[in-house]
Amino acid sequence: MAIFLDENSKIIVQGMTGSEGMKHTGRMLKGGSNIVGGVNPRKAGETVEVEGKTLPIFGTVAEAMAATGANVSVAFVPPAFSKAAAVEAIDAEIPLLVVITEGIPVHDSASFWAYNVSKGAKTRIIGPNCPGIISPGKSNAGITPSDITGFGPIGLVSKSGTLTYQMMYELRDIGMSTAIGIGGDPVIGTTHIDALAAFEADPETKAIVLIGEIGGDSEEKAAAYIKDNVTKPVVAYVAGFTAPEGKTMGHAGAIVSGSAGTAQAKKEAFEAVGVKVGKTPSETAALMREVIANL
Amino acid sequence: MDLFEYQARDLFEKYGVPVLQGLTADTPEEAEAAAAKIGGTVVVKAQVKVGGRGKAGGVKVVHDPASAKEAASKILGLDIKGHVVKRVMIAEGAKIAREFYFSVLLDRSNRTFLSLCSVEGGMEIEQLAEERPEALAKVNVDAVKGIDLAKALDIAKQGGFDDETAAKVAPVLVKLYEVYVKEDATLVEVNPLVETEDGQILALDGKVTLDDNAEFRHTDREEMERDELDPLEAKAKAWDLNYVKLDGEVGIIGNGAGLVMSTLDVVAYAGEKHGGVRPANFLDIGGGASAEVMANGLDVILGDKQVKSVFVNVFGGITACDAVANGIVGALEKLGSSATKPLVVRLDGNNVVEGRRILAEANHPLVTVVDTMDEAADKAAELANR
Repeated sequence: MAIFLDENSKIIVQGMTGSEGMKHTGRMLKGGSNIVGGVNPRKAGETVEVEGKTLPIFGTVAEAMAATGANVSVAFVPPAFSKAAAVEAIDAEIPLLVVITEGIPVHDSASFWAYNVSKGAKTRIIGPNCPGIISPGKSNAGITPSDITGFGPIGLVSKSGTLTYQMMYELRDIGMSTAIGIGGDPVIGTTHIDALAAFEADPETKAIVLIGEIGGDSEEKAAAYIKDNVTKPVVAYVAGFTAPEGKTMGHAGAIVSGSAGTAQAKKEAFEAVGVKVGKTPSETAALMREVIANL
Repeated sequence: MDLFEYQARDLFEKYGVPVLQGLTADTPEEAEAAAAKIGGTVVVKAQVKVGGRGKAGGVKVVHDPASAKEAASKILGLDIKGHVVKRVMIAEGAKIAREFYFSVLLDRSNRTFLSLCSVEGGMEIEQLAEERPEALAKVNVDAVKGIDLAKALDIAKQGGFDDETAAKVAPVLVKLYEVYVKEDATLVEVNPLVETEDGQILALDGKVTLDDNAEFRHTDREEMERDELDPLEAKAKAWDLNYVKLDGEVGIIGNGAGLVMSTLDVVAYAGEKHGGVRPANFLDIGGGASAEVMANGLDVILGDKQVKSVFVNVFGGITACDAVANGIVGALEKLGSSATKPLVVRLDGNNVVEGRRILAEANHPLVTVVDTMDEAADKAAELANR
């Protein structure tokens, strides 16, 4: 088991023929992911060679699903075309859509999210502006390096890509069931809470690391959720204590507005429900080591 | 990007939202000419992106062009909470009968849009929300369905409007929503929305925030007046670097927004033991970390006179550590004698052994390689406190 992505995942790549799409399709294949095709309406019917594998290109997500049985799509589509790509995947009712693209206008992501909800939310969306999801040893949908760590008992959910990699690396001798980067945009599909719920239900996950950052209230909501619903141990880390108000720190969503979205408030919310919060990524990893040792 | 009031007014006018005449002026003489052109009573308003300008003396009602000139000469150059007034708007005067409030904004928490509306406007909305929360309607707006006339009527009625006024206000709300969507705004606020003595509805003051990610489909924005950037921020922007100037001594370079934010925090903690030194900036060089990007980043940071040491914190994910190490060595070669501050480098992840070997072999006198992020932050803080 793992969450959202496993050895049965068949992945298509929207925007595979672009430079980022090609590069990461190759990396995913090398990492052992089962990539079954790509989508590009202008190159439908062609094939591409990646890492010694011949992959068919389809005109639409629906055609790709019908022909290959794909159940996951990873989108490397430029910001201007990401909404159309997401709507197409939602219309095809693909079970999992991972949107890697950074810089999508928030009206577009709010709109495809609302569209997904109106269609009964049959598609789980991860991202946008995220590294994707990896279940080590099983599958990797996104840009996370495949070889940082192997399979293990820790579930990881994070707003940040590089902090995901950093934490996987710090805990590489223990390993992860699944690591998800949910993305740093103001509107994202899968939230901290969605991942917590799935990790709680996953028998292979024994403990959870949650990484948050300034902006929004996803961490505060996660803390409240943990209190009532999560029995597995959770350790948290929050980035952005030194971020000044009103300045966007890289991620479009990482901004403190007035007193809302501060790292301090998020830390206090976690501590109030008994979740230990590390001061640094290393200290957070050390807290997780203690948890694992006491399991 | 937050707009100035006059920019919001112009945007409203473009979409047919009823507004009064408004002209900008950068000198008292221009203010006089603008007042003469509009005629009658006008309001001279400081154009600053900060609240409380009325109390600070940044808004004056005058009745003739000569007084407009005098008012502008007092307001231009005024420092309002750290914002120096460089431009005023001369706005046509209005006879206000009633003041209302309306806004539509992105509701991150619920991943949808939210509209706030109240028949009681004029005061700061935070104050209204606190003192009379029952008077402020919060109505969810579906991002696909938006605000049509029926929805606008519903919003106005929930905001406490009587049927007759709601019918007059609703078409204006529909147009304001059009501004919100077509301009890719994350906030459109009108406070006050007024009814004049002769029964007209007008948007008297507006706040608009636009989504920077949507600039590619609003090419007209390039010519808009922007906040003056710090010179280092301007330089970084020209190189497409994601840089935010802060007020500290330890320059920071890292890859990935989350890791860089975390690096700032770790340096601030370490600084507590080293004379209270703080991070000097946020700088995310992204996945690439080539010699050129690294050199540009270092160039910006070393241009900050406050910087005493630099902490380069890179996790090799997609870009392996050997490439990053070569980037650092190449950057130092490129910068030559202009690189004068000590550099603490922490590399981890993909190909780290080779990365550290490259740095060891280069043996640059300014570079110290430290294995962990916490120890490296401590070293950088120590060097900045010497």
